[in-house]
Amino acid sequence: MGEVFTAAVLVAVVASAIRLAVPLLLASLGETFGQRSGVLNLGVDGIMLLGAFAGYYAVLKTGNVWLGLLAGAIVGLFLGLASSFIAVTLKAEQGISGIGVYLFGLGMSDLLFQKLVGTPIPINTFPKVDIPILSDIPYLGPMFFQHSTVVYLAFAAIPVSTFIINRTTFGMNIRAVGEYPEAADTLGVSVAGTRWAAETIGGTLAGIAGGVLAISLGIFQQNLTNGAGFIAIALVYFGAFTPLGIMWGALLFGAINALVLELKTLEIIPRDLSNLAAMAPAIITILALAVVARRIRAPAALTKPFTRGH
Amino acid sequence: MTDRSSPILEMKGITKRFPGVLANDNVDFDVYPGEVHTLLGENGAGKSTLVKILYGLYPADEGEVLIDGEVVSLDSPTDAIEHGVGMIHQHFMLVPTLTVAENVSLGLKSSRGALTDLKAVSERILELSNEYGLDLDPSAVVWQLSVGERQRVEIIKALYRDARLLILDEPTAVLTPQEVDQLFVTLRKLTDDGRGLIFISHKLHEVLALSTRITVLRRGAVTGQIPVEGATRESLANMMVGRAVKLTPDKLPAEPGEIALKVQDLIVMGDRGVIAVDGLNLSVRRGEILGIAGVSGNGQRELAETIAGLRQSESGTIEVAGIDVTGARPRKIRDAGLAYVPEERMREGAIGDFTVWENLLLIDYSSPEYLRSGFFKFGAIKEHSQDLVDTFDIRTPSLETSCGSLSGGNIQKVIMARELSSSPTVLVASQPTRGVDIGAAEYIHRRLIDTRNELTDAEFIHAKLIEHRNACTAILMISEDLDEIFGLSDRVAVIYEGKIMGIVDPETATREEVGLMMAGITTTNA
Ligand SMILES: Nc1ncnc2c1ncn2[C@@H]1O[C@H](COP(=O)(O)OP(=O)(O)OP(=O)(O)O)[C@@H](O)[C@H]1O
Ligand SMILES: [Mg+2]
Repeated sequence: MGEVFTAAVLVAVVASAIRLAVPLLLASLGETFGQRSGVLNLGVDGIMLLGAFAGYYAVLKTGNVWLGLLAGAIVGLFLGLASSFIAVTLKAEQGISGIGVYLFGLGMSDLLFQKLVGTPIPINTFPKVDIPILSDIPYLGPMFFQHSTVVYLAFAAIPVSTFIINRTTFGMNIRAVGEYPEAADTLGVSVAGTRWAAETIGGTLAGIAGGVLAISLGIFQQNLTNGAGFIAIALVYFGAFTPLGIMWGALLFGAINALVLELKTLEIIPRDLSNLAAMAPAIITILALAVVARRIRAPAALTKPFTRGH
Repeated sequence: MTDRSSPILEMKGITKRFPGVLANDNVDFDVYPGEVHTLLGENGAGKSTLVKILYGLYPADEGEVLIDGEVVSLDSPTDAIEHGVGMIHQHFMLVPTLTVAENVSLGLKSSRGALTDLKAVSERILELSNEYGLDLDPSAVVWQLSVGERQRVEIIKALYRDARLLILDEPTAVLTPQEVDQLFVTLRKLTDDGRGLIFISHKLHEVLALSTRITVLRRGAVTGQIPVEGATRESLANMMVGRAVKLTPDKLPAEPGEIALKVQDLIVMGDRGVIAVDGLNLSVRRGEILGIAGVSGNGQRELAETIAGLRQSESGTIEVAGIDVTGARPRKIRDAGLAYVPEERMREGAIGDFTVWENLLLIDYSSPEYLRSGFFKFGAIKEHSQDLVDTFDIRTPSLETSCGSLSGGNIQKVIMARELSSSPTVLVASQPTRGVDIGAAEYIHRRLIDTRNELTDAEFIHAKLIEHRNACTAILMISEDLDEIFGLSDRVAVIYEGKIMGIVDPETATREEVGLMMAGITTTNA
């Protein structure tokens, strides 16, 4: 046992924890925008799946990973618009409508994959970009500074999101309509418009998250996300609806995942238990989230459609 | 500021229907610069509806609105704000998690484009607050503010948008007398500037003190419009209700029985971790009303909540009908014979999303009368609810209407009906008529006194059958309204900083004496 946790193993686990955290982080940041505005989108996983397929397919056809990301983003954008229409304009029950979006994404992504691709063909993945000087630091370099550009961008999105939510009028409107839409409405803030925008950002980020997932793995398969979208939703609560909090949650999930993978590779977890072990990260994360989330106050108007005069 | 001889606002022939209710019936209403035009009317008379139409929150079914002599269409609050209309809502329209400056700047164009310009906004807020005597910290988060401070934020919000016509829907309902005085000083400054004010209140002395003109609504229609000169509380009350109203209820002398509620050396912490109730002692006997007078924030809320079992005490004991219920669960305290009408009617007293009948049933739902092997007996329930709706004159379109859509006074009647229907030994009523107008207020007072008498009768009839159920209700009434305190109480206890300053007889005590005690000054040895 002693020699299992060598420095090399530790470095590998941390580096892969960071990589694995990225799709969750992006999807979860997106969901934060929606939820802060009062809209719960349970369809994140479905959007991620379609974004993943779009990203995979675009890279398969063009070989360009950035076009792949763009494809994921566009698919996410449209599904975000569709989710907004359902939740905000049609005022659907958000606990149910999102499940519809999820099932649509799950089925549609598989159908398209079967029709357009059939057998899995590996694609290009994101190139690694070593940060000059920093990547040469022993231990820390390989952990933090030898990743692909999307990893750096995803972590940069955290302060950007915080800034948007706290320092811009758009962010202030989001917070207001998520907490007390009646008050925002009486001051002429468009509740529907703000929620549409926030929810569409959420969809777009979910689509990108799916694209990142597929392109990082270099492959697509049925139900590629394995429920990551649902964990992303739980992370929003865990992170107390703040981007920084969400980052810690995503890293926790990434770390548990990386550790389980590592233990499997080292055959510390017996082969016949490996299916069970594959579920462990999700289970552990959800349990941790459920315990922490009890203490966290959600936006007061979350899941409540708004109608003037009610 | 403007020509004062032509009206800022004219509303002509406004009609508004809600399912089953004619909320506004061909109403004409106007406001001139520099005047306070008051809307007066019983609960559900249509006051809020009229001003919400003006603020673009509801479309009118008929009629037109003119601002500065021109017909305008007010389809949203944005339109209203553009035409210089500001509104201070009956329920505060502030986002509790945002700061004062953020709340004020919501919906406005920022001078920094996409970024918020809270610095500039804060500076302007401070200017306005100096000019109008509205003390405020722009960086404070709203949920931490007192009710009075929140209201100042609302006024600043309107002034910031340079409202020339300001609507105040029951602005004083939640204020202490001192805060009301302060508010009126500010409002007079606003009219001096030539702004027009629409004022809604149930408190007749406030209406008389502030108004220039008064329009009275009854069941949606205008029943009178008079200048304040020559108006009296009685004349206004009569116009509102449509018959002569007695503002001070009649009551027979109390015949106090044994002690039903006994509070001893009670110490309770407040929300902010400071002592709210500080070694308080009191007892209420069956068949009497003990009024608790005091300025809000002196431990009244914590006292009531602790008696009802909604808050834990640090030390001391509470007995209901001789049973020690200190620290017991609310259900157990109810079983001991306590009924509770809370101060926060919408948050604690009723469930807004539930229907009227569900709210009426809330505490009795598991009684075999209404429940058979897990299923509601709808026949019995409907009958019981309809009974209560009739006896308490609850104005609701139907039993299935959600409670939250009723007017404030009717919600209170639902709560009173439910609490009194359980024939409690002790009733704790906090601010029973706050925000409720005199028509309805008169009714609620009558019930409080009736109950005492009815139960005195019940006691008389049942005395030989049930021995420990032979006494009448002990009522602890907490109120900031001295009219209510003097009109109803058999004894008046004054609370100050969590202690009872003294107990006086309302027949012999003066208001000045009680007022001084409310400020912590004792004249006699208490
Ligand atoms: N959104 C609504 N839907 C249905 N009915 C409504 C609605 N708003 C008000 N009403 C009804 O219209 C009538 C007038 O209500 P309104 O709120 O204008 O009365 P009010 O004079 O302001 O009363 P209060 O003094 O209790 O505030 C009431 O019968 C009320 O139940
Ligand atoms: Mg009203």
